[in-house]
Amino acid sequence: MPELSEPQGAPTHVDADWRRVSPKYIVVEVVGSIIGSGIVIAAMLVAYFLGAQQWALWVAIAVAVIAVVTIALEPRRVRSIAYRLRDDDLVFRRGIMFQRQVAVPYGRMQLVDITRGPVARALGLADLKFVTAAAATAVTVPGLPAEEADRLRDELVALAETRRAGL
Amino acid sequence: MTVGPSGTTRTTTGVADGQWHRLHPASPLLRGGLALIAILGFVIANLRERLVEVFIPVFAPDLGGEFDERFGRWQGDWAGDPIGGIVTNGLVGWALAGVAVVILGIIFGFWLSWRMHTFRITDEAVEVRSGIVFRSHRSARLDRIQGINVARPLFARLFGAAKLDVSVAGQSGNVQLSYLASALADGLRADILRLASGARAAKAGAAPAGESATALGEPVQGETDASSPTPQHQSAAAAGRVSELVNRRVGEFLAPELDPDLAPPESVVHIPLGRVIGSTALGGAVIWLIVLAAVLAVGVATRTWWMLFSFIPALIGLASYSWSRITQSLRYSIAGTPDGVRIGHGLLSTANQTLPPGRVHAVEATQWVLWRPFGWWSVRINIAGHSLSANRESVQRTIVLPVGTADDVRRVLELLLPGAAPALGEALDAGLGGRGADGGFEPAPRRAAWLHPFAWRRIGWLERDGIAAIRRGVLVRGLVLVPLARLQSVAVQRGPLRRMLRLSSLRLHTVTGPVTATLPVIDEASATAAFDAVAREAVERAALDTSHHWGAADG
Repeated sequence: MPELSEPQGAPTHVDADWRRVSPKYIVVEVVGSIIGSGIVIAAMLVAYFLGAQQWALWVAIAVAVIAVVTIALEPRRVRSIAYRLRDDDLVFRRGIMFQRQVAVPYGRMQLVDITRGPVARALGLADLKFVTAAAATAVTVPGLPAEEADRLRDELVALAETRRAGL
Repeated sequence: MTVGPSGTTRTTTGVADGQWHRLHPASPLLRGGLALIAILGFVIANLRERLVEVFIPVFAPDLGGEFDERFGRWQGDWAGDPIGGIVTNGLVGWALAGVAVVILGIIFGFWLSWRMHTFRITDEAVEVRSGIVFRSHRSARLDRIQGINVARPLFARLFGAAKLDVSVAGQSGNVQLSYLASALADGLRADILRLASGARAAKAGAAPAGESATALGEPVQGETDASSPTPQHQSAAAAGRVSELVNRRVGEFLAPELDPDLAPPESVVHIPLGRVIGSTALGGAVIWLIVLAAVLAVGVATRTWWMLFSFIPALIGLASYSWSRITQSLRYSIAGTPDGVRIGHGLLSTANQTLPPGRVHAVEATQWVLWRPFGWWSVRINIAGHSLSANRESVQRTIVLPVGTADDVRRVLELLLPGAAPALGEALDAGLGGRGADGGFEPAPRRAAWLHPFAWRRIGWLERDGIAAIRRGVLVRGLVLVPLARLQSVAVQRGPLRRMLRLSSLRLHTVTGPVTATLPVIDEASATAAFDAVAREAVERAALDTSHHWGAADG
């Protein structure tokens, strides 16, 4: 057993300081909000030009302004996303306006899930999702480089296995 | 594996032996009984016109002509009235034969489903195989059992049968043994919990008691059915057995819901009948009653009579809600047994559930404003596997004390979270009724009044000996207790308003249930300190917690 556990045991960056997600994740978020607001704006413009609805133009302008502000703040929002692997738990935080910080003990992780959207996949990014017995935990670390996400998942699953507690 | 005086029985019932056993022979009827009645009701409802036609000439001969006029033209019409068609076309014999075939088919199906429905209890799991065409095989691992419920619906009680429901963590992961002989269900509940507790060997003293339990445990005796009586006694003992059976049924019906030998009486909490009725009358229903009365008064005053009729369904709903609340709280008892906390209730249909130690993830005591003069509280809990579904049965299971005094709350807490009440000490009283810094609670700062103008004095936080306490609410007072040994994760949150006021909110994540452990406001610095303390404590307590194998130490 010692030979087996030696190379992969003692996880490489447990209790390093706060780690940020990849800056490339900004692109994913920006593309997402452009597509989302683009659809609404297009629908409103169609209503304005073809349906002669005056209010539709104002809605389109409002959505466009909100989208521009959101996109301008996106770099700061992404920089606020950070996680930290401590000895016994993972701490995750995000948000500038609405801040949230969650601590999940390794022993409580029921499963670790990797998901990839189309834009994130093109950029080589992945989201890491942690599931505990509590639905409210809702911790997803987005925008991790794919190979780091894989390594982190394996590491966390191994940690969860050694600290396994009952429900 | 001890060999007791009775031979090879390890456990009190002798059924938990790893072999496949069958359920109570009446179980398909009991399970399908409601569906049959529903089908019968459907048929009768559809034949109502025919029945009216048959009986009207008998009871009201004057109207006969008018009814003949209205229904007579249906006589030859198959689509409108199949019975008329059958009678006029002389197919009565065929129709009766068809009915007989259907009934025989149902009986055969019931018999087959009884043959195919088997269960076994091993050292690892409770397993159930069922289904005729589509076989299913469910198993519940013993170390994942969150609770065992024994329910006796009125219909099943008449047959002396009970339903055993093993609930495990996860959505809809229950394994049901429906139905078993009544005494066997109670014995199996104890056996399964004893196996799950990690106490491998049955206590030697339990074996003699097992003899009587096995005798009561009706035909479920392995692959050889004990339902066929020995021929020599058959005729002579028949009359005696019938009266004995009736006596036993009556005895079971009149027996107290909680077996007095099962738990020490000082640990038992009962609810007086007056308090059940009083608390229901002063519950949420009373507000609806006032609203309804106001609407009715307006209706009478303005002479809009149709308004009165439109509120009759609401009145019926209110009455049936109150009635079901009262009947479910009747004969309520909560008691500490060696296998866990046993909660039983019900007058005609009875049910009891047993929670093994260490399964409670959060407890909340609440007091509605109208209950305050009487000092009444109700207690709800979060348990894994009882989802937030609208299923009334599972909602009922999360209410461990429908109504009780502060003293009852303390005793229930002692059962659910042993050691919590002494650890909290006077903080428990402060948590129930206090405000500000009473009892060592950390109060919310004055600036929290901007967000919670009425409740801010009441909101408070306390963490002591692995128990986190959240005090909140004025109109509905609440005290949430979370054992940190079973905490899933913890979060601290702040939005723009709270950041401006240097406040935070703290949320302890437990398994899903009716209790949400959220502290709405707390000073920013205290929140950070509490977050760190809780995160550290949760890991330490979880590592020390051995309550999921509660019997292993002495077994």
